Amino acid sequence: MQLTPIVDARGLHKHFGALHVLKGVDLRVAERELVFVIGPSGSGKSTLLRCLNRLEEPSSGSVVVDGIDMLDPRTDINHARQRIGMVFQSFNLYPHMTALGNVTLALRKVAGQSRARAEALGHAALERVGLADRAGHTPGQLSGGQQQRVAIARAIALEPRVMLFDEPTSALDPELVGSVLEVMRSLRESGMTMIVVSHEMGFARNAADRVLFMDEGVIVEQGPPAAIFESPAHERTRAFIGQIQRH
Amino acid sequence: MSSWDRFTDTFFNGKVMLRYLPDILSGVVVTIELALLIVVTGIAAGLALALLRSLAIRPLNWLIVFVVDLFRSLPPLVIIVLIYFGLPSVDLSPSGFVSTWLSLALVLMAFSEEIFWAGITSVARGQWEAARSTGLSFGQTLMNVVLPQAFRLTIPPLTNRTIAITKGTALGTVVAVTEILGQASSAMSNSYNPSPLMMGAAAYVVLFLPVVVAGRWIETRFAWKR
Repeated sequence: MQLTPIVDARGLHKHFGALHVLKGVDLRVAERELVFVIGPSGSGKSTLLRCLNRLEEPSSGSVVVDGIDMLDPRTDINHARQRIGMVFQSFNLYPHMTALGNVTLALRKVAGQSRARAEALGHAALERVGLADRAGHTPGQLSGGQQQRVAIARAIALEPRVMLFDEPTSALDPELVGSVLEVMRSLRESGMTMIVVSHEMGFARNAADRVLFMDEGVIVEQGPPAAIFESPAHERTRAFIGQIQRH
Repeated sequence: MSSWDRFTDTFFNGKVMLRYLPDILSGVVVTIELALLIVVTGIAAGLALALLRSLAIRPLNWLIVFVVDLFRSLPPLVIIVLIYFGLPSVDLSPSGFVSTWLSLALVLMAFSEEIFWAGITSVARGQWEAARSTGLSFGQTLMNVVLPQAFRLTIPPLTNRTIAITKGTALGTVVAVTEILGQASSAMSNSYNPSPLMMGAAAYVVLFLPVVVAGRWIETRFAWKR
């Protein structure tokens, strides 16, 4: 890759007490790239993602996102996080606010937009995830798939440079997964750089540029989806992919 | 005299009631003043302590927990007596009114801190993470995301606690505060008749029933559609 990577994490280690969750992970992601991270639970995939926007403090290593050193104490972390959208497994929408309220909160409080401007941007973001008609609904009145799409709208409304997805469809009923993947696909087509932790192999196969397989805190192997899924080089990768595809 | 007449003559004696009505009313005014001061300062201080505690500064939290546990376990009467009779030895002479206010405000502070703290910690970690991931600061997350959800849970226990503690204004009688119960019991000894006590009881109901109703109203206001 010739270009400067938009995400450049090097030598990441993370300890939780005696637990060594990340054991020296390097991750470079180019602009407009979609990187898929797979691996058994407890392999450190989510922790890796959460180290990139410093929801988790890495024990050592470096993280540079869009030219900003995320671990430098002088970095305004709240400002830097605007450039990194994150979508969570459990949606984490604010239950006391409408869909529009969820999307506009950071626009008003962090990006400093006026209420009118924030609402215009918020409506546009909801439109992009196909929920323009649900702006006035609270999360409790929306299905899981709709909630996750509002969560995506909340992140993209801030026009991030990178989007992190932490198992975005794992908490959804099977029939609701499609609508969320559809939104992710259109996001990808718009050129968004994305790092996705997920087990949606079908999506990985036809949308990902690169698949990483993680196990026990290290990246075991990586490559184009076809290579990883059809001819994995490592025994552990083969075993994992075999397990997943049996389901 | 029938037994019913005897009963009304003892507990609802019109002449006695009329005579002591002004005293009871002045007691009502004192109780209202005292209760409002206790509620406003006690709850504000309790919220402030809960917010301080959320900053997670360990030695400060130990101090907060110690103070809160202390005032939750001491009988309010003891605190009133300590302040009223104890502070003069350090050249402070609070009136009975001020002593009662301070004591009960401290007790309400302690209980409401625990209630607010429970509300804050009951908000899922994911809410913090989602808000922080969009760039909201700790304070913005607390004010816009966590507290509105926490308040919803705190209102019922806070209403109960507030009523229980403000009824403790009656303890002010021991340090000569002329609130409702103080007025009623001195009227009772002067008239050899417990009717003023019934008036006092009625005054408490009239005072505190609206608080309960207001609590319910706030509860519905903080509810959200699900």
